[in-house]
Amino acid sequence: MSENIKIVENATCTFCGCVCDDMILHVDMDEKRITKAKNACVLGRAWFAEHTIEDTPAAMIDGKAVSIEEAIEEAAQTLSNAKFPITYGLSDTTCEAQRQAVAISDMIKGNIDTTTSVCHGPSGLAFQGVGESTSTLGEVKNRADLVIYWGGNPAESHPRHFGRYAVTPKGMFTPGGKKDRTIVLVDVRKTKSSPVADILIRPKPGKDFEVLWALRALVKGKKLSPDIEARTGVPLETLQDLTERMKNCRFGVLFFGMGLTMTRGRHFNSGALLALATDLNEFTHFVAKPVRGHGNVTGADNVVSWQTGYPFGVNFSRGYPRFNPGEFTTVDTLSNADADAALIIASDPASNFPKKAIAHLKSIPAVVLDTKCTETSKDAHVAFRTSTYGINTSGTVYRMDDVPITLRPAFESPFPDDYTILTGIRKRVNELMLAKHYASGASGQAKVAAPI
Amino acid sequence: MSAAMRIVNGKVYDPANNIDGEIKDICIKDGKIVDSVDDDAIVINAQGMVIMPGGVDIHCHIAGPKVNAARKLQPEDHRHDVHPGTPFTRSGTGGTVPSTFATGYRYATLGYTTAMEAAVTPIGARHTLEEFHDTPVIDKGFYVLLGENIFLQNLLREKRMEEFDQAVAWWVNATKAYTVKLVNPGGDEPWKGKKNSNVSDIDEKTDEGLSPREIIEAFIVSVNKQGFPHPPHIHCNNLGHSGNYKTTLETMKTAGDMRAHIAHIQFHSYGGELGKNPVSKAAEIVEYVDNHPNITCDVGQVMFGKSTIMTADAPLAYVLKGHTKGKWVNADTECESGCGIVPFQYQEHVYMHTLQWAIGLEIFLLSKDPWRVILSTDHPNGGSFMNYPKLIKLLMDKSFRHEEMKRVNQKALANCSLRDLEREFTLNEIAIITRAGPARALGLSNKGHLGNGADADITIYDEMEDKEMMFNAPRYVIKSGHAIIDNHEFKTDFIGKLLHISPEYDKKIEEVVQPFFESYYSIEFSNYAVDDSYLHDHEIIQTGNAKA
Amino acid sequence: MSEKMILIPGRSSKQGTSLNQGKLKDEYKQVTTTLEMNSDDMKKRGLIDGDEVRLSNETGETIVRCLGVKPEDLPPGMLFIPYGPPSSQLMASDTAGCGMPLSKHMEVEIEKIST
Repeated sequence: MSENIKIVENATCTFCGCVCDDMILHVDMDEKRITKAKNACVLGRAWFAEHTIEDTPAAMIDGKAVSIEEAIEEAAQTLSNAKFPITYGLSDTTCEAQRQAVAISDMIKGNIDTTTSVCHGPSGLAFQGVGESTSTLGEVKNRADLVIYWGGNPAESHPRHFGRYAVTPKGMFTPGGKKDRTIVLVDVRKTKSSPVADILIRPKPGKDFEVLWALRALVKGKKLSPDIEARTGVPLETLQDLTERMKNCRFGVLFFGMGLTMTRGRHFNSGALLALATDLNEFTHFVAKPVRGHGNVTGADNVVSWQTGYPFGVNFSRGYPRFNPGEFTTVDTLSNADADAALIIASDPASNFPKKAIAHLKSIPAVVLDTKCTETSKDAHVAFRTSTYGINTSGTVYRMDDVPITLRPAFESPFPDDYTILTGIRKRVNELMLAKHYASGASGQAKVAAPI
Repeated sequence: MSAAMRIVNGKVYDPANNIDGEIKDICIKDGKIVDSVDDDAIVINAQGMVIMPGGVDIHCHIAGPKVNAARKLQPEDHRHDVHPGTPFTRSGTGGTVPSTFATGYRYATLGYTTAMEAAVTPIGARHTLEEFHDTPVIDKGFYVLLGENIFLQNLLREKRMEEFDQAVAWWVNATKAYTVKLVNPGGDEPWKGKKNSNVSDIDEKTDEGLSPREIIEAFIVSVNKQGFPHPPHIHCNNLGHSGNYKTTLETMKTAGDMRAHIAHIQFHSYGGELGKNPVSKAAEIVEYVDNHPNITCDVGQVMFGKSTIMTADAPLAYVLKGHTKGKWVNADTECESGCGIVPFQYQEHVYMHTLQWAIGLEIFLLSKDPWRVILSTDHPNGGSFMNYPKLIKLLMDKSFRHEEMKRVNQKALANCSLRDLEREFTLNEIAIITRAGPARALGLSNKGHLGNGADADITIYDEMEDKEMMFNAPRYVIKSGHAIIDNHEFKTDFIGKLLHISPEYDKKIEEVVQPFFESYYSIEFSNYAVDDSYLHDHEIIQTGNAKA
Repeated sequence: MSEKMILIPGRSSKQGTSLNQGKLKDEYKQVTTTLEMNSDDMKKRGLIDGDEVRLSNETGETIVRCLGVKPEDLPPGMLFIPYGPPSSQLMASDTAGCGMPLSKHMEVEIEKIST
């Protein structure tokens, strides 16, 4: 280890949706790596420790090293010549880069979708159906006296969620921390999160909707048959007890994970939970919040929404945004073999999509931006190796509760960031599109739409 | 730099410079209006056309966390109203909550070149600035929600007024805001902390020991003392409730002779008993405003059809959810604000909705000083800004107004004076309520007029009998000297700039704010203030030159 | 011998830390091919920790190693695996019009691979 150590205070970890911004990073400036990440959880420590600089080409075409300029040209040509180009990923990059990605999709009349569609996409649909009573995480810390986790295992997926936001922290009206709160955990299996719970509820797998609907009925004062236990695995008394706790708390919160969205019921599960939180506002203050995954997946939702009006699953083929989950979401555009080129940013669908979708992805030319070599990037037509957001580059990320935070980079990377590459592609695509426009005899000033 | 331009033969309406329909050349150079330009300047022949400064929207909701939540919430709002791109402009979607690009372009297509987002939480400032950068053509700024800020209320309660002033200035700087916004003062804590209750009287002490009036007064005093170009922008208590005009009068009285702006005053001009149908108190409200030159207001006109309620007044949104029984968003921001969103529909046959529509028109038509009674629909709360041309026609054309009155709830009309009002606004008065007035109320000395040195933000309309048609489709829109719309067509894109203020403060206040942050916020103090990288193109409007 | 069981892919700490090293590295592969199973269920099937099993359904099949967990932690008939390429092999592409494939709660057959 060298003597040349830089300390970065109040840096932000972008590994999970907690987006903790209290990191104290020790950076070895000679070796270009982070040697210590104070305040980080086990996931954060790995995130900071493992993002070192690898000796690898910054750009490749069909596996051969090329200059970045050549790769940008090839990417722009590939995308603008395609009939149904799709853009996907975006949850692990900055909002600045995301804005460029939507601009590219708009210009090439392509399709854009984010990892939201395979994570809390169903919750996004439920939101559009029933709305949501929600809050920032600081309100939970300051006020919540009843905290319910449903279908998630934060101890392993969001390790600091308990300590920083929702279970143990002492807040304005919760000076006793955990002593002032009741914690309920609802999950089909026992997990590393279970020990935190005062009350553990284990429904039968795939019965979340029934349990939520039963709770809605009880909140509304309806009678329930005791055979609810046979149907759901949860005794009526347990549901009645939870109902009373929910109605009588001062500030209640329902956090929910992909145990709801990825299982039988999908958006109906999320919708039932959001509706339950809404119903409870007749009695007290109650909020709900999906526990979002990747560092800036919430930013991706926000950017795609403000630029198009829709959060994910957006298609520009008619020259304006259209939204149709199930058609313009990436699992569908791939497994239905609609897509004929792909721009994949900071995401690895080839290792976690359904088999059929992966097979189609492998059959079309893909432009891939990633900080690591992945199943997706190794077969890319054009592959860019980019620097890591929050470690090498600044920019904006949104925490799972829509709170935006500016990143403080630790050390420089020899690789360009996603924003730089995407801006390059966007500019070149714009030139190609305007050339087509002028070729058809039109007039006007060639000015770039979003000169960031 | 933009090319030099000379606009000739047009009828100029520039009320700030006492020009009322005179045929006059307007010259532009380097994005500003100048006395003359060289002969080789581009000439626009505005024969048969009306020239006005670009429109200025003093109160709308177009960017930031709550707007984006409302966008996400309503795919049905966008699907029927798409906004195709051009080779020079981005595509988007419309409806009552358009995408950012559509918002900017659509303001331009009405001849508006400046708009102020009226309610942003401090923690949401960064988000708002990001959206602004994707909101083309128009210049824009926002008002920061400080009234329910728990730290500031703590200082108030402890009567630490010197620190209060410093902290207000710090917060405005930290967020790059244009002025301070108050919404339903004192209502946040009962909502979040007392099982969704609310304050109902301006002098009611909350459990925290502060009354709404004390909060209002403190901000009015502080902001006037510091000479912000625009005074506190106040959404009074009891919005929408029968009998609330008394609260509104009391709020205005609290200002004494200090400057204050009352937002969407139509929603605060109701008589009658709480819980029963309201009656109009437009005359009482207008009388007070007429006689108090320190007060400005925007009307918050209701227009029939689809709207989206989005407000930091969370208890109000919950009341409306009780009416619509449809989807509802509540969003609490730690230590700073509440928020509610409800898709809504104003319907002609509904007593309440007709009365709201009529009261708005009454306020316009009764007012003696159009400079201080500014056109707004509280977009999209009273309806989309895309309704402005129709609203202008309602004001300018009494026969059209009377036709429209036939279609509405007649019982409601009987409880107001609209039927008796024969006034028709002139083009000069329209230029005042949409341009010169809001620019003056905002303290934007380079906007809202066409004098030497003004920003070259200019709209040129074909003069038409049908005023809705006329104001719906300007032939030319020039922004900062660039011909954005040229003969009805977008010819280029433009990003517009941020308008904000930067009042002075003593850095020591940060030492007072920081400990509170460490205890009660969920982000780090040093990551809270918005840095200059979010400003892009911007202009700091001077503070300290307070006008009476 | 084969019997239908419910497979729940999910996140784990190890899956999270190992993906930072790189998804093509050995540790990630190790983590995403380890199947957690109720130890009583394992006994019934004559399985011990580290045995290779074939999981299969209409979509595809994959081979993973099993690891017993206490019966009270994972109900009988249920399997857990950290997300990764092996679980993708079993994931059907239908999203029922919402964009989300059914990625938890998959019905699979489990079969010991005799060595």
